[in-house]
Amino acid sequence: MWIKVLLLIAIVLIAFALTRATLGARHVALRRLLLGVFVLGAALSVLFPNALTTVANAVGVGRGTDLLVYALVISFLSYVATSYRRTSQLTRELTVVAREVALLRSELEYRNLHNSSTSQPQPLRHMDEQG
Amino acid sequence: MTDAEFADVWLVMPLFNEAEVVGDVIRSALETFGHIVAVDDGSRDDSAQVAADAGAVVVRHPINLGQGAALQTGFDFALQHGARWVVTFDADGQHQVSDAAEMIRLGRDEDLAIVLGSRFLDERTEASLLKRIVLRGAVWFTNATTGLRLTDAHNGLRVLRRDAALQIDLQQARMAHASEIISQIAATRLPYREYPVHVLYTEYSRKKGQSLLNSVNIVVELIFK
Repeated sequence: MWIKVLLLIAIVLIAFALTRATLGARHVALRRLLLGVFVLGAALSVLFPNALTTVANAVGVGRGTDLLVYALVISFLSYVATSYRRTSQLTRELTVVAREVALLRSELEYRNLHNSSTSQPQPLRHMDEQG
Repeated sequence: MTDAEFADVWLVMPLFNEAEVVGDVIRSALETFGHIVAVDDGSRDDSAQVAADAGAVVVRHPINLGQGAALQTGFDFALQHGARWVVTFDADGQHQVSDAAEMIRLGRDEDLAIVLGSRFLDERTEASLLKRIVLRGAVWFTNATTGLRLTDAHNGLRVLRRDAALQIDLQQARMAHASEIISQIAATRLPYREYPVHVLYTEYSRKKGQSLLNSVNIVVELIFK
């Protein structure tokens, strides 16, 4: 019986942690709805394990536990996918910022070095498209 | 002594932990080319200092961002300082300065916007069989996806005229930038040509160079953008 209490606590904690995660505005609502379904389903499956088996049988799976494992695999994969996307998005943004910093800093050093030089920095893109 | 012929040429040299060799590479390149911007990509050794002492302009990424980002930073810097021609040149000494010079001349004479180095137009470059197979595969993939006709898709020696360089905007910071730069070159629809270059696989470059396993990374990065 203790396992039921522990599992329920874990589900609540995970649900709470997920709501803290930030995401693009439109996806948030959808994500919360899915989360609600997930929490409800998880809690019910803990309280009424037999009901889970009934559902599993209905979709052609032998035991409720197996259905749970399949669901877990799916949600894990989707987690991997979304976190990969978010990480590469963040990396891209970080790259833009870091390159900007590098160019600004070098521009300062370069100007200090070549104060007497005649080469004037030219504006980039948009303003001097050629050919 | 710098050639006046190449006064409007900037060499862009991504730099990552190459302190051992980059000084000599820059000094020998400076005998022909007046402007070199070395983009230090967060090296843990004193590559940046060595490059600056050798006479290159050094731009430092505050953290390691990958070679694609370093190239893009170098392009931005060179174009901002009036480059007519931009040359991407490796810091590990595997490229020949004379090849770069010839590629610029070819670009000028034939009015080409892009001249790409190729290891497979002649027999000078010695690569292992496995390396050849992987590189051929990359060429096949590149030609199929871009519509260009190349013999070598992953050569680091490239010459871009200003109008071509302005259209390059590399987003793939890590491995896949070599494929990305080719597909952006294809998108410019500007005239291009390949030029046979000699790539020197020294003990040093072999030790440092891309492991063939990296081709797995490249493919993954191309598919899962």
